Amino acid sequence: MLFSDSQILNAILYTPLVGALILLLIPRGQGAVHRWVGNLFGFLGLAVSLPLLWRFRIGETGFQFVVDKQWIPSIGAHYTLGIDGISFVLVMLTTLLGAIAILSSWSAIRKREKEYYILLLLLQTGMLGAFMSLDFVLFYMFWEVMLVPMYFLIAVWGSERRLYAAIKFFLYTLAGSVLMLLGILAIYFTAHTLDIRTVLAAPHPLFSVHLQKWLFWAFFFAFAIKVPMFPFHTWLPDAHTEAPTAGSVILAGVLLKMGTYGFMRFSLPMFPDATLAFRGIMIVLSLIGIIYGALVCMMQKDMKRLIAYSSVSHMAFCTLGIFALTPLGLTGSIIQQLNHGISTGGLFLIVGVLYERRHTRKISEFGGLATPMPNFAAIYMIITLSSLGMPLLNGFIGEFAILRGAFEVNKAWAAWGVVGIVLGAAYLLWLYQRVMFGNVTNPANESLPDLNAREYATLIPLVLLAFWIGIYPAPLFRVLDVPVRQLVIRYDPEYYRAQPVTPVSAQPTRALLVPPADAHSVGAMERGN
Amino acid sequence: MAILLTDFLLEKEQKAWNALTALLGVFFSGVALWKLRGVPQGGVSGFDNSIVVDPFFVFFGFIFLAATALVILLSVKYLEIEDEHHGEYYALMLFSAVGMMFLAEGNDLVVLFLALETMAIAFYVLSGFLRRDRRSNEGALKYLLLGAFSSGVLAYGFSLLYGMAGSTNLDTIADAVAVRPPRDFLLLLSLATVAAGLFFKIAAVPFHQWAPDVYEGAPTPIAAYISVASKAASFALLLRIFLTIYWPVRVDWVGVVSVVAVASMTLGNLAAITQTNLKRLLAYSSIGHVGYILLGLVAGNTRGLQGMAFYILTYAFFNAGAFAVITVLRRKDIIGDELDDLNGLIERNPAAAVLMLIFVLSLAGIPPTAGFIGKLLIFWALIETNHYILAVIAVLYILPAVYYYFRIIAHMWVREPGDVSRPHISPGQVVALATAMAVTLAAGIYPEPFLRFASYSLMLPFGR
Repeated sequence: MLFSDSQILNAILYTPLVGALILLLIPRGQGAVHRWVGNLFGFLGLAVSLPLLWRFRIGETGFQFVVDKQWIPSIGAHYTLGIDGISFVLVMLTTLLGAIAILSSWSAIRKREKEYYILLLLLQTGMLGAFMSLDFVLFYMFWEVMLVPMYFLIAVWGSERRLYAAIKFFLYTLAGSVLMLLGILAIYFTAHTLDIRTVLAAPHPLFSVHLQKWLFWAFFFAFAIKVPMFPFHTWLPDAHTEAPTAGSVILAGVLLKMGTYGFMRFSLPMFPDATLAFRGIMIVLSLIGIIYGALVCMMQKDMKRLIAYSSVSHMAFCTLGIFALTPLGLTGSIIQQLNHGISTGGLFLIVGVLYERRHTRKISEFGGLATPMPNFAAIYMIITLSSLGMPLLNGFIGEFAILRGAFEVNKAWAAWGVVGIVLGAAYLLWLYQRVMFGNVTNPANESLPDLNAREYATLIPLVLLAFWIGIYPAPLFRVLDVPVRQLVIRYDPEYYRAQPVTPVSAQPTRALLVPPADAHSVGAMERGN
Repeated sequence: MAILLTDFLLEKEQKAWNALTALLGVFFSGVALWKLRGVPQGGVSGFDNSIVVDPFFVFFGFIFLAATALVILLSVKYLEIEDEHHGEYYALMLFSAVGMMFLAEGNDLVVLFLALETMAIAFYVLSGFLRRDRRSNEGALKYLLLGAFSSGVLAYGFSLLYGMAGSTNLDTIADAVAVRPPRDFLLLLSLATVAAGLFFKIAAVPFHQWAPDVYEGAPTPIAAYISVASKAASFALLLRIFLTIYWPVRVDWVGVVSVVAVASMTLGNLAAITQTNLKRLLAYSSIGHVGYILLGLVAGNTRGLQGMAFYILTYAFFNAGAFAVITVLRRKDIIGDELDDLNGLIERNPAAAVLMLIFVLSLAGIPPTAGFIGKLLIFWALIETNHYILAVIAVLYILPAVYYYFRIIAHMWVREPGDVSRPHISPGQVVALATAMAVTLAAGIYPEPFLRFASYSLMLPFGR
C-alpha cells in the first residue's frame, strides 16, 4: 500500500498544495507548462483519494484514518484529521470535481494561467481540509482559507461585474463565519476541548438548552449563508454568474456542501435540543427556498443565473432532508448533495462548453443546437434528467429519500417538496427546449463544433456516476448508514428500537440496500451502550 | 548590567554615517538582548530602581530592534530616491530606538517621561525629513504640536501621581495608589490625564487625528516605523502603567478603555473605507488595530495580555511588510502611495503583489496568517471573560476591514496596469520583505513559538 492509514488523509490533503508550490516555482509566461502541471496534480489529487474507496471500513462507528498531533499547545489546538461516512462521500466528491474543474479550464483560461492553477489547487486543499478537520480551530482555518482563492477565481477570471460579485461573496460568507468563530470559543469554554470528536461523543446534554440556542444561531449563519438557505442566497447568483466555469463547478459542487456538512457535523449532533426547537423555522425556510428558487429560475434570461437559482432550490431540498431528522431524510440529503455536485456541476460544464464557443450565456442567443451538436445534446439531456430527478438517474434516489423522510414527519412538507420537483422539471426542460430544440435561428449557431475529447473527459465521468447512483445506490446507503444512525439517535434514542422492522420493510430502497443482519448488529451494539 | 546599558547608549553616540553601522548597532544590541533572555520574571532593577530589566522589556526590546532593522533595510533605497541621504536619519532612528528601550524598561516616572520624549522628538524630526515635501512638513508640524500637547497632559498626570505617592518610582506609587479610597478624585484625574496622553501616543480614538496626516507625509519607512515601533513602545508604556499603578482600580478604567477600543475600531475601520491614499488607508486601519489590541486589556486576563503581546509582535512584522511594499513602489517621479499606483501590480511585479497579498490578508485577519491568530486570541480572551457583546462587535468589524483591504487586493490583481514600469526590489528590501513574510506566515501556521514568547513576556499584575 502506498500510504498507511495515518498518512492517506495527509496525502490527499497536501497533494494539491504540493502542486501549487511546484507551480509557484515555474516562471510565468509558460502557460502550457502550467496547464500540464496543474492538470497533473488535479488528476493526482483524485488518484491518491481513490484508495479510500476500498480502504474505508463500512459499518465502523467513529472516525477513520485519524491523524492526531499537537499543534498549538498554548491554546490546546490539535492537528486532527479523520473521516466518517459523511465526510468520506464529500471528500470523494471534492477530489473528483476538483480534477474535472481543472481539466475543464484547459482552453477556457488563457490569461495568468500560473496564478489560476495555483489558486484552484489551494482551493482544493482548503475544501478537503474543512471536510477532514476534527479540531475546531483547524476546521475554522480551512473554512476561511478557501474563501481567498475563490475570491480571486471570481475577481480575476470572471466576467463583467466580477469585482462586485467577488467581494459580495467574500463578505457574505465571512459574515457568517466570524460569528461561528465566537460560537467555537463558547463551545471551548463550556466543553473545555477543541476536539470535535470529544464534543460529538459526549453524552447527550453537553450544553444547556439556553446555550444551545445561542450556539445554534451562531453556527446557523455560517452554514445557512454557505448552503445558501433562503433568505441568505443573494450572493449566489452573482458569484455563479460572474465566476469562470471551473469556479462555478467548484462553488456549486463542493463549496455549498460546506453548509450542509456543517449542519450535520455541528448543529445537529451538538445542539440537538436547539435543532428540535428551531426545526420548524428551518423547514419553512427550506420549503420557501425550494419553491422560490424554482420560480425565480423560470424568469431567468441567463443560463448560468438560471442554474444558480436551481442550486438554491436543490440545496433547499438537502436542508429539508436534514431537518426532517429521519434516517431517510438525512441519508437522502447526503445523497442529494452528491447528486447536486454531479448534476449541477455537469450543467455548469455544459454552459461552459457553450460559452467557450459563443461567448454568451443568454438563452435567447441559442436555439436548435441539437442539430449541429448531437452528442452534446444527448449528454446535456442526461444531465438535465439527472438534475430533475428522473428515475434510473441519481436525482431520483436523493429526492425520493428526502421526500419519504419528510413524509414520515409531516405530509405537508413532502407535498410542498413535490411541487418543487414539478417546477424543477419545468424550468430545466424549458431551458433545454429553448436552447436545443427547434430550428437554428441564429446563424452563429449553425456550425458549432460538437464536443471534443477533453470535454467528453469532463462530462462522461459525471454521466456514469449519475447512472450508477440511479441504478445501484446500495453502497452509498451502506456507507451512510452508521453516521446517519448516530445522528438520529441524538434526537430519538428509541427510533431504531421502536421500529426495528419498519425502516427495512416499509422502505423498498432500503430493503435492497441494507442487509437486515447488519442493521440488527448495529442496533444491538447501540443497545449495548 | 551596566555594560548592556552602555551598549544601548553607545548607539546614539556612533552618529552612524550609513545604514550598515546602524544595522551593526542594532545587531550588537540584539546580541546583548539575547544574553538577557534568562532574566527572572520579577526582573532585575538598576540605577536606584529607576529601570527594571524583565522579560517584558526583553520582549518589547526585541520588537523595537526587529522593527528598526527592517526599517533601516527599507530606507537605503528610499532615501537615495528622495535625495535626502543623510547620516542624521539613521542617528535619529537609533536615538528613538534608545528612547523606546527605556520606555519598556523604565520603572520611574521621570525615566519614562524622558524616554517618551526622546523617542517622540526623534520622530517629529523624522516625519518631517522630506524638507521639500509640503505634506511631510504639514504632518510633522501637526505631530509636533499635538504631541507636545499630549505630553503636557501626560506630565500633568504624572505630577498628580507624584503628589499622591511622594515618589516617582512605579512600585512606590503602586503601593500608594492601592491604599487610596475607592473613587478617589485625585486618582481618577490622574488616570484620565495619563490615559489621554497614552491614547494619543497609540493613536486611539478620540486622540487619533494626527495619525493619517503624519503617515501620509512622513517618508514611507518612517511611517512604517511610527506605526509599528512607536506604537509598540507606547503600548509598552501603557501596559507598564496600567498593569502596575492602575491595576487595583481596574473597575474605574475598564469601561473607558472598552469605549475607546470600540470607538477606535469603528472610526478606523469605517474611515478607511473611503481612502484613496494607501498610507492614509493603513493609518486608519492601524487605528482599528489599536482598538483590537486594547480589547485584550479590557479582557485583562492571561489570554488577553498574551493576545496583546502576540498581536503587537506580529503586527510589527506584517504592517512593516505592507509599508515595505509601498516603499518598493516609490520610484523616481512616482510617489507610489495612491491606490491607483497599485493597479496591475501582479503583472508588473508578481513578487511584490503576492507579498502584499499576504500582508493584507494578515491585516484583515484571514488565516493562515499571524493576523488571524492575534485576533483569535483577543476574541478568546473576551469570551473567556464574558464580554460577549464586545466580542460580537469586534468580529463584525472584520467585515468593513476586509472590504477595504480587499480594495487594495483588487487594485493589485484585477485592475489593468496604468503605468507599465516595473518596480524593482533592492537587496535590502528583499531581506526586509522576506523576514516580514516568513514571520507572518510562520506565526499563522505554527504560532506555538510566538505564543510562548508572548507568554514569556507577560507581566502578571495578579501576582503583585
